Amino acid sequence: MNMPMYVSPEQLMKDRADYARKGITRGRAAIVSVFSDGVLLCAENPSNTLRKIGEIYDRIGFIGVGKYNEFDQLRVAGVRHADLKGYSFSREDVDARWLANQYAQTLGQYFTHEMKPLEVEIAIAEIGEETGSDQIFHLLYDGTVMDTETFVVIGGETETVKTRLEESWKSNQPLTDILNQAVSALAGPDRTLKADDLEVAVLGRGNGRRAFRRIENEALDEHLSEN
Amino acid sequence: MTLPRFSPDSDPGPDFLGLLQRLERSPSWDGVPADATQITHGTTVVAIQTLDGVVMSGDRRATSGHLISHRTIEKVFPADQHSGVAIAGAAGPAMEMVRLFQLQIEHYEKVEGRPLSLDGKANQLSQMLRNNLPAALQGLGVVPIFAGFDEKLQKGRLFEFDITGGRYEEKDFAASGSGSLHASTVLKLRHNGKLSTDEGIDLSIEALFHAADEDSATGGPDPIRGIYPVVAVINSSGFTRIEDSELATRTNTLVEKIAGERS
Repeated sequence: MNMPMYVSPEQLMKDRADYARKGITRGRAAIVSVFSDGVLLCAENPSNTLRKIGEIYDRIGFIGVGKYNEFDQLRVAGVRHADLKGYSFSREDVDARWLANQYAQTLGQYFTHEMKPLEVEIAIAEIGEETGSDQIFHLLYDGTVMDTETFVVIGGETETVKTRLEESWKSNQPLTDILNQAVSALAGPDRTLKADDLEVAVLGRGNGRRAFRRIENEALDEHLSEN
Repeated sequence: MTLPRFSPDSDPGPDFLGLLQRLERSPSWDGVPADATQITHGTTVVAIQTLDGVVMSGDRRATSGHLISHRTIEKVFPADQHSGVAIAGAAGPAMEMVRLFQLQIEHYEKVEGRPLSLDGKANQLSQMLRNNLPAALQGLGVVPIFAGFDEKLQKGRLFEFDITGGRYEEKDFAASGSGSLHASTVLKLRHNGKLSTDEGIDLSIEALFHAADEDSATGGPDPIRGIYPVVAVINSSGFTRIEDSELATRTNTLVEKIAGERS
């Protein structure tokens, strides 16, 4: 009788984690940060159609890195889940903490039970009523959730990008300042990123019910040239 | 309630109604008795084409049989930023239809990353009406008007519907509900094909005033309680609801004009 080869659980988990991490770190980094009037979502993304950033609900935004089809599936599932909850109960009952938990469960499920883990890292952000009440949730491929009220870097080279951004990051900055800091942190000392290389959106407190707005083309150029 | 996941062959795509169906949560009014005296009905709504968009408006009365059941219900709603929907007919199913319609449009936009075309939205409403046909035949009919600013054609457009989901695009004006016959007459006589927004607002107030004068189920302006029709303007800058204070002034002007003509 053939015995299946024994693999220790530690080794199995480590292999899966390495596999997922490898897929994620191949890609570019992305940054989510709070600023004075909301939350900025900023990713290096040369494609104009395959988006990394999306609107989930009135005050909730999504950003994902890694394998496009996998994080896009998660984005759509989030939109469905949020719209269903808002339809069944009320719009104000939809919040990011609850959505983050759902994402964590799904990611954890994939990590331990499916053939391969999802090669994604995502963050979801929710703006609050006033400055200082915004929340960012950072989710890893294995379902780990972390929350922050400042900023988070996801994707490849996170440590270097994070160190660069930490040097200049302050709370309560206007959008243009934080956007330029985020873009130069993504670019590093040797490159400059233009509007075409970026995908930028904000959840703005003054935007009415649906807070999500993309900043594109001329509007983005304007912010970047003010530096 | 966990994150909904579908296999590629059963994925509902950007369709929220399809999603509800797959999760077996579609609203249904099957088997409801059709006693019209017990069901709340919304009455008269109109939409008018103007030079820079459309004006939509509706009276505030809801009736159950011969009784007034509500004095301040709303029948004109934004569908999204550049379009609106006005309802007449059984109020419960109509409100639910509006809620689902708004959600359907927003859901599509979020999933797909770009908004539905104006024709696409009108078609969606048409399909929702067709799905409601069994309920409509039981006496729970809904007859909406859909109007919006078409960003591609840069002009306002109006759509009338019937309970089977029939969709009819109108040029100058559209009206629905029990007082629509009288409102339409006013609109037909006054609409000259080149109304400004201001003139459109005044005309919609006048049409509803005369509808209320002839039809017991349509509510007229009520200055004692401060109740005026809901009027919304939709143009390139979006859906804007006109303030009650402005409507009060415009109604007064109309009443004075009518009184002046009689003296």
